[in-house]
Amino acid sequence: MNLHKYEKIWLIFGIGSLAVFLAVIGFAAFWKGTHPQSHIETIDPQNVEAHEAFKPENLGLREVADGKYTVNIIASAFNYDLGKDENGNRVDTIRVPRGSTVLFQVTTPDVVHGFQIAGTNVNMMVEPGHISRYETVMKNNGEFTIVCNEYCGIGHHLMFGKVEVYD
Amino acid sequence: MKNKNPKPQHTKSNESTIHFKGTFIAVMLLGVIMVASWFGVYALFLSR
Amino acid sequence: MAFMYVTFTSLLVGGLMGLLQTFVRSGKYTLPFGIDYYTILTVHGVILGLVMTTFFIIGFQFSLMGKTVGLTDKQRKAAWWSFWIMLAGTIMASVMVLTGQASVLYTFYAPLRAHPVFYFGLALVIIGSWIAVFINFRQLYLWRKANKGQKSPLLAYMVTINMIMWVIASLGVAVSVLVLFIPWSLGYTATINVLLSRTLFWYFGHPLVYFWLLPAYMAWYAIIPKIIGGKILSDSLARLAFILLLLFSIPVGFHHQLTEPGIDATWKFIQVVLTFMVVIPTLMTAFSIFATFEATGRKKGYTTLFGWFRKLPWKDVRFLAPFIGMVAFIPGGAGGIINASHQMNALIHNTIWVTGHFHLTAAMTSVLTFFGITYWLVPHLTGRRLTPRLNKLGIIQSLTWTVGMLIMSTAMHIQGLLGGPRRSNFSEYAGGAQVDTWISYQMAQESADRFSSLPSS
Ligand code: HEM
Ligand SMILES: [Cu+2]
Ligand SMILES: [Cu+2]
Repeated sequence: MNLHKYEKIWLIFGIGSLAVFLAVIGFAAFWKGTHPQSHIETIDPQNVEAHEAFKPENLGLREVADGKYTVNIIASAFNYDLGKDENGNRVDTIRVPRGSTVLFQVTTPDVVHGFQIAGTNVNMMVEPGHISRYETVMKNNGEFTIVCNEYCGIGHHLMFGKVEVYD
Repeated sequence: MKNKNPKPQHTKSNESTIHFKGTFIAVMLLGVIMVASWFGVYALFLSR
Repeated sequence: MAFMYVTFTSLLVGGLMGLLQTFVRSGKYTLPFGIDYYTILTVHGVILGLVMTTFFIIGFQFSLMGKTVGLTDKQRKAAWWSFWIMLAGTIMASVMVLTGQASVLYTFYAPLRAHPVFYFGLALVIIGSWIAVFINFRQLYLWRKANKGQKSPLLAYMVTINMIMWVIASLGVAVSVLVLFIPWSLGYTATINVLLSRTLFWYFGHPLVYFWLLPAYMAWYAIIPKIIGGKILSDSLARLAFILLLLFSIPVGFHHQLTEPGIDATWKFIQVVLTFMVVIPTLMTAFSIFATFEATGRKKGYTTLFGWFRKLPWKDVRFLAPFIGMVAFIPGGAGGIINASHQMNALIHNTIWVTGHFHLTAAMTSVLTFFGITYWLVPHLTGRRLTPRLNKLGIIQSLTWTVGMLIMSTAMHIQGLLGGPRRSNFSEYAGGAQVDTWISYQMAQESADRFSSLPSS
């Protein structure tokens, strides 16, 4: 099994590229902390309100420190519960200033859902029994649609919300 | 090591290099596509 | 004996195509009568993704085994059993899907629930395929006993590797269906472990896509050289590539779960590294194939740098279709590496980019190669000739298919990067979605046309 000289160069180049890719994402993940969401905490799907973050009054956007926010969301077929405003109406848009650090915490009482804020790096699976968390800096302003990107039943495409990042 | 008659070796490797030059260019092109698209998407990841 | 064998395989392939035709058509024609989009999507995924590929591959592998190591009468009988069991399972699952009782998509993620018959059907398909596996192993075993000390034929070796992969992989889905889904769909257990069922699914799902790819590799390594009148670059390198593909395809299902909760980030990263390893045999394959082309061309006297390339048999559908498949695997594989890149997965996961990815890899790379193989295989088995007219028809079909897929998958990749979701019949905000739906109709049409003309070969 002798390799041709060009094949050797090609394999070194190819495997080398793969190694570079791994080094780049490995560095970003382990040193810069940009792992994909991998939250390990579990929750009782029959009783998500028992968890502090998912009590009805804690849903939606909260400023936890200067420029730091938390957004708690319950995803269920076929709706994202982003909390209620002062008048008791349901919220459908989250507004944060540009450059703020936002932690999204999502869970579901029923089936598997997706949670993607299209145009950002927030994209997680939401599964009954687990909490999904991802913290990100909203670098760009604009309107970003929250979509459910995992098929969850007949009304799946009716599940959405919005994030608005302003200057 | 250096004096191991370089001449015949040279012609031999030359022969085999000519043989697969087109192949080499083709696969390297493929490799460049792979690397370029990867870094393109990585840049998008960083910008978001 | 050989004759009987021929009848068997052509029937298998032909039967499969007929089957498909009906289903693709029913998908196409029943849509206007108010059937739900997700039902259609499930049909599309289950029929094209799971059924057509599996039937074709098993039929193809039987014929390769028969050619290289022989098939006894007893084995042929058993093969028929495998065929009928798989067919029965397919019909059970399809009926459930078509009647809207199992709109769970081909990934059937819990806790979406389908009718129990759907899961029983799936279990039957797998059991049927195991019979085929067993026969293939036995064929090789008998050959080895008769030809002690000889290296087994390359194609038989490759089939065996692919079947080993299939058994190991399908154990995952078998456990998932038998232990988790069936008791739960019958109501014996109240809940189902969602994360576990997904992991078991992808433990199967990833090797599954390689189970589609390896037959294409078999053709590229061992059949294409015959068609272009050359010979394989290196028998042992091909074997090495297959071994590596087997080893690294099995443990990497987690790369479909990179954005899921409940799985440790370091473990995900290990999976990413393993996934990258599986790219290596593909890099080897790319070189091998081009080198086979170049060596063949040069032997025929085309000495300029790319003369050998221009003189490839472009007008032969048995070459052209698989060649387009190879080209499609360049962006397909490059996209796959991006998908598998840990945190970058968030950019594309469950966007329509993924749909673009697997239409390049599965619908172009594998399926076009299968088309090409069919044009080689069927005349080979039936003793008929591939007439120039048929060849031309085949070329036209391959090109239409290619153009359709190219437009569609490019659009899907771009839209996916912009965040457009897959598996949605949206129309609201993503302007591209409509275009996409339109194109996918186009594709459904094309595939219908495509398949309807296949049995005629
Ligand atoms: C270089 C080789 C490949 C790599 C690294 C790769 C990687 C991936 C990854 C990481 C995903 C998951 C994307 C996501 O949902 O987030 C994916 C999806 C998929 N790939 Fe590939 N892939 C490769 C080749 C192939 C081939 C050859 C096929 C089929 C013949 C294929 C078929 C699929 C399919 C069907 C899906 C979608 C699964 C679903 O429904 O979620 N891929 N690929
Ligand atoms: Cu959904
Ligand atoms: Cu995979």
